[in-house]
Amino acid sequence: MDFDLNEEQRLLKDSIDGLLTDSYDFESRKKYMKEKGGWSKAVWGKLAEQGLLGLPFAEADGGFGGGGVETMIVMEALGKALVLEPYLATVVIGGGFLRHAGTDAQKAAHVPGIVDGSKTLAFAQLEKNSRYDLFDVTTTAKKKGEAYVIDGEKFVVLNGENADTLIVTARTRGDRRDKTGIGVFLVPANAKGVTKKSYPTQDGLHAADITFTGVEVGSDAVIGNPEDSLALIERVVDEARIALCAEAVGLMDESLKTTVEYIKTRKQFGVAIGSFQSLQHRASDMFVATEQARSMSMFATMAGDFENAKERANAIAAAKVQIGKSLKFVGQQAIQLHGGIGMTMEAKIGHYFKRLTMIENSFGDTDYHQRRVADGGGLI
Amino acid sequence: MDLAFTKEEQAFREEVRSFFRDNVPPDTRRKLVEGRHLSKDEMVTWWRILNKKGWGVSHWPKQYGGTGWTSVQHYIFNEELQSYPAPQPLAFGVSMVGPVIYTFGNEEQKKQYLPRIANVDDWWCQGFSEPGSGSDLASLKTKAERKGDKWIINGQKTWTTLAQHADMIFCLCRTDNNAKKQMGISFIVFSMKSKGVTVRPIQTIDGGAEVNEVFFDDVEVPVENLIGEENKGWDYAKFLLGNERTGIARVGVSKERLRRIRDLAGKVESAGKPIIQDAAFREKLAACEIELKALELTQLRVVADEGKHGKGKPNPASSVLKIKGSEIQQTTTELLMEVIGPFAAPYDVHGDDGSNEAMDWTAQIAPSYFNNRKVSIYGGSNEIQRNIIAKAVLGL
Repeated sequence: MDFDLNEEQRLLKDSIDGLLTDSYDFESRKKYMKEKGGWSKAVWGKLAEQGLLGLPFAEADGGFGGGGVETMIVMEALGKALVLEPYLATVVIGGGFLRHAGTDAQKAAHVPGIVDGSKTLAFAQLEKNSRYDLFDVTTTAKKKGEAYVIDGEKFVVLNGENADTLIVTARTRGDRRDKTGIGVFLVPANAKGVTKKSYPTQDGLHAADITFTGVEVGSDAVIGNPEDSLALIERVVDEARIALCAEAVGLMDESLKTTVEYIKTRKQFGVAIGSFQSLQHRASDMFVATEQARSMSMFATMAGDFENAKERANAIAAAKVQIGKSLKFVGQQAIQLHGGIGMTMEAKIGHYFKRLTMIENSFGDTDYHQRRVADGGGLI
Repeated sequence: MDLAFTKEEQAFREEVRSFFRDNVPPDTRRKLVEGRHLSKDEMVTWWRILNKKGWGVSHWPKQYGGTGWTSVQHYIFNEELQSYPAPQPLAFGVSMVGPVIYTFGNEEQKKQYLPRIANVDDWWCQGFSEPGSGSDLASLKTKAERKGDKWIINGQKTWTTLAQHADMIFCLCRTDNNAKKQMGISFIVFSMKSKGVTVRPIQTIDGGAEVNEVFFDDVEVPVENLIGEENKGWDYAKFLLGNERTGIARVGVSKERLRRIRDLAGKVESAGKPIIQDAAFREKLAACEIELKALELTQLRVVADEGKHGKGKPNPASSVLKIKGSEIQQTTTELLMEVIGPFAAPYDVHGDDGSNEAMDWTAQIAPSYFNNRKVSIYGGSNEIQRNIIAKAVLGL
């Protein structure tokens, strides 16, 4: 029973916190947002230099052999600084598919480019009506000799505009909501038949809706079993959920800190508004919500290594519920306590609120995961 | 970071669990499960079993009968005790006055009181709150005047839990009227059998009478019954209240209750099928379980932190424990009310002294719900806890 970081993990935390303190204040972020694709190549290069992009990959594959705790440290730091760069899409999700199911050839083809920062990935999973069910897939991948032909539409693909390679879920057989017959495919973003409509998201990231029309890929594009990869998808998405929990904790930490600083300095009726008990109690409740979220983020991180898939899924679902409840409270109250200034684009708190809000609606919201825990027989 | 308990810790949990299985009187356990009050005899019998095993005052220093367990072992012991469930040691003696005496008392006092606390030869009660001194405890008025070799005590305490059973009381008394309010208070212990002590039960909204008013009318107490220094009582009271940081979350109690809810919800029908099959109910139950899991983790963070870095500087997360712990306990009693539905209503005319074994188990559910409203009030109300977080953690 230990919740402390070890020496190496502390160094990792110090180094990424240091890097982001130097290069990621709120003003710099505004500039990065205007770059092509909506994030900074230079910052991405710095993350690569510090080895952060290779963190979770095995040393044999050119990575640093980091585990869940290391990813948690990075995601918390990225959250705290409200980072735009596609770490989740590229390293956590893209990297996750390669780590768990990539062939040696696939790893050799993709991991070095991720690690050195020259290539990014995107996860094309969401469909018009799939909402949060990962098995609800209508995009098809039809066998044509040794090749597959992919047809379908994917939505809100984060980093879809910039990614070099898309990881696409597609059905090789069966009906829309069948749990078998789903495969995962590596598709070059510039493949013939791929068309993208890009746009900024509410929280300042960039995404794309992507249409696949007769996109032909070879058998070397298949990750895992093309007929039965739902378990793989769930595993990787669970890791994405864990990462989002950690990012949300970083965002909440910074939101609380910013809010407390604000109410200590903002004066009304001749005194700092933080001297009013109603505001103090609200801030205390934000602290309680943040700590409960931190506990569940740590729990989810450690649950990521559970052998039992059902226990793992249940634990991570529970964490996403707690994070969802906490982030809604912390985010909303941060705006409330800032008052009018919290409503403006010029104050940073609103941007934190928006990112928190989008996390709630990513990979299953509070209700969705609460239902999963309830139907799974609970936690006690 | 590591979530797992060590092999030794797991073995310890097994040892504790099997000791409870073999030694907690079945009737005592059943009454706790059903939310009934236990008789004095039932409680004392169990505490003496525990004390004989050497676990009666587990967290005391070894020289006074403690176990020398690690923070994690204490955590495991408490969790198993609460979730078995078995009666927890009498807090007033074991967690409150005991530590004050072995920390600030003289050798004579340690010899006189500590073994009797451990074996519950004396039942202790707490004389802190007064009618005019709730959250603002330091405004208390009960007076102790020095006359020769005696303190003469006059005043009134209230909310005195289980004073009807008590042999001894530890009492905060004003000994200096001129000092700043926190500076003129002394910590005095005396017999509840003393002349001039009157106990009057307060009936609470659950129909029980576990709290009392206690009146002192020229009670004569030997001067040597002062613990520590005169006018330093406030320091000892703060020490006493800060002593128990993690047990207050009562995670084991809520776990046990959630298991019971799940069990009952599989039996009680709604719309022609067990209520557990109702999706809305099931989600509410899951929501509570998730909150409890988060609290359990928060508590483990505090426990692990104390184990590693000592108890000197409290982990800021420890202030979450009282607020969330009490809220969750209350939610569990609400869920029980929901399970029982219209059968919450019948009033238990037999009382809860265990004399009527045939009494339907449903009778205690509403009283338990009413009774549990206290948990966000006592021990520093949740509003006081929020003041503490605002000041001590957020610097507001």
